[in-house]
Amino acid sequence: MSVARFWRKQPQRYNLTGTCCETCGAVFFPPRSFCPECRRDGRIVDHDFAGTGTVVTFTVIRTASEAFEHLTPYVLAIVELDEGPRLTSQIVCSPDEAYIGMPVKKVFRKLGSDGEAGPLYYGTKFVPAR
Amino acid sequence: MRKVAVIGVGCTPFGEKWETSFRNLFVDAGARALEDAGISGEQIDELFVGNMSAGRFVEQEHIGALIADYAGLATTHIPSTRVEAACASGGLAFRQAVTAVASGNADIVVAAGVEKMTDVGTGVTVDTLAGAADREWEGFAGATFPGLYAMIARDYMHRFGLTREQLAMVAVKNHKNGAKNPIAQFQKEISLETVLTSSLVADPLRLFDCSPITDGAAAVIVAPLERAREFTDTPIAVLASAQASDTIALHDRRDISTLDATVAAAARAFSIAGLDRRDIDMVEVHDCFTIAEICAIEDLGFCKKGEAGRLTEEGYTAIDGTLPVNPSGGLKACGHPVGATGVKQVYEIVTQLRGEAKGRQVDGEIGMTHNVGGTGATVVCNILGVV
Ligand SMILES: [Zn+2]
Repeated sequence: MSVARFWRKQPQRYNLTGTCCETCGAVFFPPRSFCPECRRDGRIVDHDFAGTGTVVTFTVIRTASEAFEHLTPYVLAIVELDEGPRLTSQIVCSPDEAYIGMPVKKVFRKLGSDGEAGPLYYGTKFVPAR
Repeated sequence: MRKVAVIGVGCTPFGEKWETSFRNLFVDAGARALEDAGISGEQIDELFVGNMSAGRFVEQEHIGALIADYAGLATTHIPSTRVEAACASGGLAFRQAVTAVASGNADIVVAAGVEKMTDVGTGVTVDTLAGAADREWEGFAGATFPGLYAMIARDYMHRFGLTREQLAMVAVKNHKNGAKNPIAQFQKEISLETVLTSSLVADPLRLFDCSPITDGAAAVIVAPLERAREFTDTPIAVLASAQASDTIALHDRRDISTLDATVAAAARAFSIAGLDRRDIDMVEVHDCFTIAEICAIEDLGFCKKGEAGRLTEEGYTAIDGTLPVNPSGGLKACGHPVGATGVKQVYEIVTQLRGEAKGRQVDGEIGMTHNVGGTGATVVCNILGVV
């Protein structure tokens, strides 16, 4: 991961800020700067998501790339936000705890690092909502 | 558009080739294809090479020129182009070559694929392959490539009742076919038990659900169908070559367990060829993971969603079944040098249709290939037939 590249998306990663097309009302996370529906007529503005959703599907990552190796095993899921969009995120829970349909909510956590001494990356993960 | 035929094919043995360099892998495959077609290098008009990530695997870019050069073609100054679509890079190279001939732009065109994956450690390989998905919104969240397919498997098993054993049967079948393939990385049968007790990589996928890390290269030569008999007695016609795309991220798909790009590419291919599913005698599908073969059989239209597990269990897709799937051993047993795979699939179908597949020979006159990039963001489908 390059530092500049990660920081560029910091508001989105920290606060789950996506985008909304004012023309048709569609909301996007991960954020899009171009509405696939309205195309050139779309007017894109920032949109904050509530941060609550449901697990659509999940896995337990046991072999990871170097940046995430220290976290294994970890639960990775596709979460459907209550507003509709889906995203890929880690779920902070034990591997046995996760299930399809599990309600989750966002939390702010360390995501990874570039080696022992390298910079740390923070962002949104999810935890079981109850 | 002109009709196109394959006039020569070549493939290196697949595996961990510590002793062979990136460029020598390609030269080996290219030389085999030229010899097979009975032509010399100077007769080649153009070259397309599929390669996913030589930049990260061997720190080499500018692959098009490099390969033309080491194939001895520098002095002919032919156009040589690298194409990339992750694991579908080889499929793209083949389609570009077919298009170049069909359009009348060139007569003798080489489509090659090459990948040298074992010069770097596993961590780098895992990270490089993760680049086939969405780096910003999948990779940065900790997604690995097996992890994404594992999420497809979880969704699919939950909705359609596919059993863990049925999934394992895909690997057992492909290893059985690979055991009869002299270029396969694993020429050894495995038991259901071996798959089910192998280590977990990303639940529910285990080590033996995953295709291996592989070095290898493949090359095929295409020409106008009307000229094909100048070079070979057994030309194989390209009846269709179709490509489709979809969202880069799995989470943005209409349906987690359906590769809509496969559905679209297959629909186009069957329409171009004017054929039906029942006309296909054999198919090489992109089984980068066992679940991928299950989805492919359905998304290509050979059965309804949710049926492929049962069909696999019943032997429908076995080499002596109604529709042999992956007679080469697939990516699972033959190996998966990512950029080469799409070309190797064409190599296998051509070998089969010529009746040269020996111990793994399938009877038939029409075969199909299915090559996937990422988790389904790019798909290439080709239909080939005996002339
Ligand atoms: Zn819109």
